[in-house]
Amino acid sequence: MNKVAIVGTGQTPVREHWELPIRHLAVEALLNALNDNNHAVTPQSIYVGNMLSGALSEQEHLGALIADYAALEGTEAVKVEAACASGGAAFRQAVYAVASGTVDSAAIVGVEKLTEMSGKNSSSALATAADADYETSLGLSFVAINALIMRRYMYEYGYEKEDFAYFPAIAHNNAQQNPNAMFHFAFDKEQYRKSKMIADPINLLDSSPIADGAAAAIVVPLEKARKMTNKYVTVEACEVGTDTLALDNRKNPIYLKAVERSTLKAINTAGMNHKNIDFFELHDAFSIITSLSLEASGFCRIGEAIKEVQTGRFNIDGQLPITTHGGLKGRGHPVGATGMYQIVEAVQQLMETAPSALQLDDASVGMAQNIGGSGATVITTLLKRTG
Amino acid sequence: MDIPRYWRLRNQRYKLEGSRCKACGKLFFPPRQICTKCKKREMEPYRFSGRGTIYSYTTVYQTSERFEKQLPSIFAIVKLEEDVLVTAQLADIQEWAVKIGMEVKMVVRKIYEEKQTGPIMYGYKFRPLIDVD
Amino acid sequence: MQHVMKPNRPVGIVGYGAYIPAFRIMSRDISRLWRNEQDLNYLPIEQKSVPGADEDTITMSIEAANNALARARVNPNLIRAIWVGSESHPYAVKPSGTVVAEALEISPHAVSGDFEFACKAGTEAIQAAIGFVGSSMADYALAVGMDTAQGRPGDALEYTAAAGGAAFIIGPAEQAVATIEGSYSYVSDTPDFFRRAYQKFPEHGNRFTGEPAYFHHLRNSVGTLMEEMALKAHDFDYAVFHQPNTKFPVKLAKELGFTRDQIKDGLLVPKIGNTYAGAAVLGLTAILDIAKPGSRILAASFGSGAGSDAFCLSINNQIEEVRTLAPMTTHYVRRSVVIDYGTYARWRTKIIQT
Repeated sequence: MNKVAIVGTGQTPVREHWELPIRHLAVEALLNALNDNNHAVTPQSIYVGNMLSGALSEQEHLGALIADYAALEGTEAVKVEAACASGGAAFRQAVYAVASGTVDSAAIVGVEKLTEMSGKNSSSALATAADADYETSLGLSFVAINALIMRRYMYEYGYEKEDFAYFPAIAHNNAQQNPNAMFHFAFDKEQYRKSKMIADPINLLDSSPIADGAAAAIVVPLEKARKMTNKYVTVEACEVGTDTLALDNRKNPIYLKAVERSTLKAINTAGMNHKNIDFFELHDAFSIITSLSLEASGFCRIGEAIKEVQTGRFNIDGQLPITTHGGLKGRGHPVGATGMYQIVEAVQQLMETAPSALQLDDASVGMAQNIGGSGATVITTLLKRTG
Repeated sequence: MDIPRYWRLRNQRYKLEGSRCKACGKLFFPPRQICTKCKKREMEPYRFSGRGTIYSYTTVYQTSERFEKQLPSIFAIVKLEEDVLVTAQLADIQEWAVKIGMEVKMVVRKIYEEKQTGPIMYGYKFRPLIDVD
Repeated sequence: MQHVMKPNRPVGIVGYGAYIPAFRIMSRDISRLWRNEQDLNYLPIEQKSVPGADEDTITMSIEAANNALARARVNPNLIRAIWVGSESHPYAVKPSGTVVAEALEISPHAVSGDFEFACKAGTEAIQAAIGFVGSSMADYALAVGMDTAQGRPGDALEYTAAAGGAAFIIGPAEQAVATIEGSYSYVSDTPDFFRRAYQKFPEHGNRFTGEPAYFHHLRNSVGTLMEEMALKAHDFDYAVFHQPNTKFPVKLAKELGFTRDQIKDGLLVPKIGNTYAGAAVLGLTAILDIAKPGSRILAASFGSGAGSDAFCLSINNQIEEVRTLAPMTTHYVRRSVVIDYGTYARWRTKIIQT
């Protein structure tokens, strides 16, 4: 298998892009990536990560559409779907294609447009990530499922609602410095306490926002990258783990087994250990998921993520910074694009092109973890800087 | 209108019918074709008693259009006495009264109705016990 | 000519079950909204039951029928008829009974159909079940009287139109907790109260509902039953009548020679309201919960339009074993969560929602 490198990235700001259709967002990010670092790549295949174009833009068949509008007529292009992990799943397919030697270059674009219809439509569309027969058709929203996890977690480990404020606070602090982020405000504990409940105990400040955006990357064989440029990042691992779709089918609903599975596989593939990882772009769709991700990934003991965050360990200047560009909470969560935003942001840290206030010193390995549903699909990617 | 789904699931929705592995005895709700434990494909229908305790719960204030007229609504994961978890709405209870660990019993209630003209979907919910339950 | 009806094979109630929703609205709250509390001294009842937003005649019938089945201790497969009597069937076309039958594992070998006869739809179903089992066409039949009655906001009926009912499994007398010794039905074309197709709220004939409707029909049904069975009021230990308010059944009982003591246990209307097709039969379940073996009960319904079914029952020894197998009627009466008019109006879809 060829080793794979990322030679270019691109993104659009995460916003409510009323004026732009889904194809425009995707093409914008894709073209930015293709022309990144002053080298023009013509990809041999395109993988589009997207969850809800059919439900919300009434547009499936994104692969050919985006190839066409990117002036890449004739190029192989398909859409990959794995709920909120669609971006990571598309990236995984591109890495496969290049590693196998089937193609010499591949582009991945994660794109999502959640604001095309009313918020209610978006809510029901997002809930399709859960079990339709036994969760959503009984009236459970996606937030409700996560609230059920959070309540039990609080009960078992004895936490109060306010203890969770640290995670979104970090995300918002970092997002303030990221021009592409959706939110540019910080909040204090009092605001967190007063925030509107969506599904008790999850409030608005626990929840990543519905947003539009696209993020893209170009992958090529490492040998080719070396010839093209000295600015590239290697893909040390990209591994997928799965779990039951329905939360109540799990042996332990407050432990993300698929996070454990995919992290262990990735670390194993990369031949690394936890100490090698300098920062962690995690999937903070809700505050509780940050806790569970840190624990199941092996960075914290079970039930202790909230104790750890209070030490400052996960701050931008901490020992293991998380959500360095704002995460899902601060940057925004255009679901099918999120996995690619994480990778693009990790690449920025490793290439030292992050906004200066967010730039980490000497980061050499970054981990990005994209979660679909309430932990049913988890894709963990380990990226390493060169030089 | 998802009438085929509703009709197909009536044994689950009205009677909490799951499945039992004939080979190893493991119980499942919802029913499955293959046992996740012993991987045998010998499953038989199994009707759960409908009694259990609350494992977790949430009061929902925002939801999809189909369910928003019911807001706020309370959902719970119920641990059935057969040690299987099931997620459902709670009935006949106000939020302040809900506690993790409290005993509940399955009832059949309206899940939703398709406007004034469509079908009424019935299915399991759980309510607190009353006296001799 | 004998008018009282008795089947060839003696039959009785093998299992019974009640259901009343958990929620209540105080009559005072209704008065505050519509009459500025000027009628507090004339309120027909104290409070009435209100179904939860997720309840209807079908779900409530399932609950009551489950209770009846628990007490009957018979295999549901042996029940060959499911008849639900109600004026509030959720569907105009599609039977309530098939959902109940499916939920109780009675189907598919059964007959099922909905009964409608205003407030006597439930006892009408019982009469049919007596015939069905009494003729030996089947060993068991399930008859339910259940309603989620609606009164137009501000109308006098709004004080009383309530929700609840009861289910009965009728079977051979030798297995019965109460044997049905005889029954009688009396009908005439009397337009005292009606609801046209597609209308949400009923119309009523004001004072016409009393003398020519309620009193006339009940007087004749109960009178004929007692006369032909050679029974006097004092031969009964308990009596229960249809109870649209507190005043009517009390007045009727007195006229027919029954004491306050005989009717007090079945008189649930002050606490739960008029449960329409559920009213007389719910009163009957409250009596079955406490009556001693050997005691005799008179139960009579009234349905607008109009008619009355009257039953004479005697309690058997088996009743002692089955009472605690399901929640008793008083448990449901006591289970009371008071809601305000706004919640009630929302749940009962009195607020127009598009």
